[in-house]
Amino acid sequence: MNKTIIAVDGLRKRFGRTVALDGMSFTVQPGRVTGFVGPNGAGKTTTMRVILGLDAPDSGTALIGGQPYRALRRPLCHVGSLLDAGALQPSRTARNHLLWLAHSQGLTARRVDEVLEGAGLTTVARRRAGGFSLGMRQRLGLAAALLGDPPVLVLDEPFNGMDPEGIIWMRGFLKTLAAQGRAVLVSSHLMSELQDTADHVVVVGRGRVIADASVVQLLAATANGRVTLRTDSARAATVLADAGGTVAAAGVGVLSVSGLATDAVVALMNANGIGFSEVSAHRATLEEAYLELTRDAVEFKAVSR
Amino acid sequence: MRALIQAEWTKFRTVPGWVIGMAIGGVLIVAFGLLPGIQGSCGQPGSGSECVLPVGPEGQEVSDGFMFVHRPLSGDGSITARVASMTGMLPPGPNDDKMREGVAPWAKAGLLIKDGTTQGSAYAAVMLTGAHGVRLQHNFVHDKAGKPGPPGSARWLRLTRTKEKITAEESADGTTWTTVGTVTLAGLPQTVQIGLFVTSPQHAEGANESLGSFGSYGGPTMATAVFDHVTPVGSLTGTRIGGPANKYADELGGFEETGEGVFTITGTGDIAPAVGGPAGIGASISDTLLGTFAGLIMVVVISTMFVTAEYRRGMMRTTLAASPRRGRVLVAKAAVVGAVSFVVGVLAAAVVITLGQKVLRDNGAYVHLASTATELRVIVGTGVLLGVTAMLAVGLGALLRRGTTAVTVAIVTTALPYLLVMSVLPPTAGQWLLRIAPAAAFSMQQSLVEYEQVANLYLPVDGYFPLSPLAGGAVLAGWAVAALVAAACFLRRRDA
Repeated sequence: MNKTIIAVDGLRKRFGRTVALDGMSFTVQPGRVTGFVGPNGAGKTTTMRVILGLDAPDSGTALIGGQPYRALRRPLCHVGSLLDAGALQPSRTARNHLLWLAHSQGLTARRVDEVLEGAGLTTVARRRAGGFSLGMRQRLGLAAALLGDPPVLVLDEPFNGMDPEGIIWMRGFLKTLAAQGRAVLVSSHLMSELQDTADHVVVVGRGRVIADASVVQLLAATANGRVTLRTDSARAATVLADAGGTVAAAGVGVLSVSGLATDAVVALMNANGIGFSEVSAHRATLEEAYLELTRDAVEFKAVSR
Repeated sequence: MRALIQAEWTKFRTVPGWVIGMAIGGVLIVAFGLLPGIQGSCGQPGSGSECVLPVGPEGQEVSDGFMFVHRPLSGDGSITARVASMTGMLPPGPNDDKMREGVAPWAKAGLLIKDGTTQGSAYAAVMLTGAHGVRLQHNFVHDKAGKPGPPGSARWLRLTRTKEKITAEESADGTTWTTVGTVTLAGLPQTVQIGLFVTSPQHAEGANESLGSFGSYGGPTMATAVFDHVTPVGSLTGTRIGGPANKYADELGGFEETGEGVFTITGTGDIAPAVGGPAGIGASISDTLLGTFAGLIMVVVISTMFVTAEYRRGMMRTTLAASPRRGRVLVAKAAVVGAVSFVVGVLAAAVVITLGQKVLRDNGAYVHLASTATELRVIVGTGVLLGVTAMLAVGLGALLRRGTTAVTVAIVTTALPYLLVMSVLPPTAGQWLLRIAPAAAFSMQQSLVEYEQVANLYLPVDGYFPLSPLAGGAVLAGWAVAALVAAACFLRRRDA
């Protein structure tokens, strides 16, 4: 059922003595938002540049629907991209910025007005892009990416500089795009931005993929079946340990139990007459999962510097 | 490719600064051209000078001044004479004020057939020159060499008319004759004037071939020739054609019959196409395009920035993501600014050529006539000069990427050599530079014609370029192509 639309295979690239990409491989599927996350310097932007034919890898391939980007004749109709929202000629108006892009793909001014409306920029279309806030530039960049109505979107840090309202708008927008059947690859160095947005996450560090999994799998792996119990009783820990659980104190009157299911914990408490105010299955955040995965990559960087 | 050009055109026209900058370039050219730069005294009240040059049978403005000792000739006939000797006077050198003895290289003494004594009328002449041997010349612009021979050696000459055909012969001894050539003077009337003539042209010489202090000096020259064995000997009249030429004509110009068939004749002036520069007079239509360099600088700055601004803003990545065929992007950019600059150049030059001439004439400067074809070539040439230079600037911008570096290099490559040549460089270095630098294409603005048979310095400052318009344009085009090809190679190989 999966139809790979971006295939990145074994990318390697060095800038002088710095290894930027060290065997980067992953695929992106249509119909979902794929988060592309990793610490700064992990190779996210370089990978995206290689996908877009801007940088040449030392080895490896990046294919769009089986073709290298540079072979695409009207590329914006295959892949929409947003790399740097600040890449604008300040004295050119937003509409004219989109107009030259449209002309380069043989598209008309009508399409420009459509995407301006889609990005909520109609009212500022004839204002100089130089006066735009970073959030507005991101919207303009997104409008540019959608000019050719492409089945694939490659967006580098689109949440940067957006206010909370903008972030909510962007999340909804990305979900809508994926629901339309598009493949959406979104990079971010903040996992929290992708919470509730990404369906799938590719975690990278030091130029290679650390984890490539669905968000559900990733959370399950991190949560590791832990149960949080809130009780004042000193006996609780002993009872739970005797029943085969691993118990750790997680604060004053809070125990973190692993190896026992939630209902088993409740039964044990009731059987031993121990009162408790709360028992809950621990829900890991994407942030925790990400931090756990990238700890090595970050530590290595800290040492090597 | 069409889509790419349309995209680049949209980019260009949507940045007001670039459009305005190009317009300013055109305005600068016009402003310089209409400023009253060159002053003169032609037609000014009280000067009595109307500054009208005679026009030759073939339409060129000409100098037609000489001492003519002649008689009428009806129908066919001939004249034979020996130029026994030539002497002359040259103007003082730069550091003294006394006339020097010597014969100007293009001093002329010989035989002449002319349609009357009006300046500019048709003629054919065979002559001995100061340093260029025997020549057959007719109707001012045509020149054919006979035998060189050592300067100052006596030479027999003969000129024969057969209807409209004039045949020139020369001989070292009066016995063995060789034909120099035959020319046709179309529409020559039954009666013409035939006789002996002497003239000696304006002299110009460069002084001080060093940086920044080049000067030229010169002045009128004079030649005296002794003719003997003049046959047929008839009653000859002396007429000074042209004038009021100069002090030599007034004081010394004349002739003397010193024996049977022996004449001593002194003359000054020239029978030749009119030229500009040190040995000539007046301004040319090209002088009105003085401001081209200023317009060129604007065009170069904007064309370079058209590329480097994209690098500065990171927009080159947007451009190359939209158009991965990078060489074509460069070509489209070059085509757009090239076309815009061409139009700016053509419009500005058209205005300046039309109005600037009037300004110069109103200032009393003499402006050489130029044919419509020449005017069109100068106008289109100005457009080509700006357009192709803009393309060169695009190439440099893509090669160097950094705005300040690229703009500096582009100006140093294109406009600076021209400015140096026109200001401080000695002529030899200047002419050398104008053969190899992109500024060689300024030759497309040359309107004056350089004649080998007219002694002059023919300097770039006076509007004479070392290369022809076509060759100069080709040099610039070569630079532009080289820069664009190199830029395309780099653009393809480098990460964006």
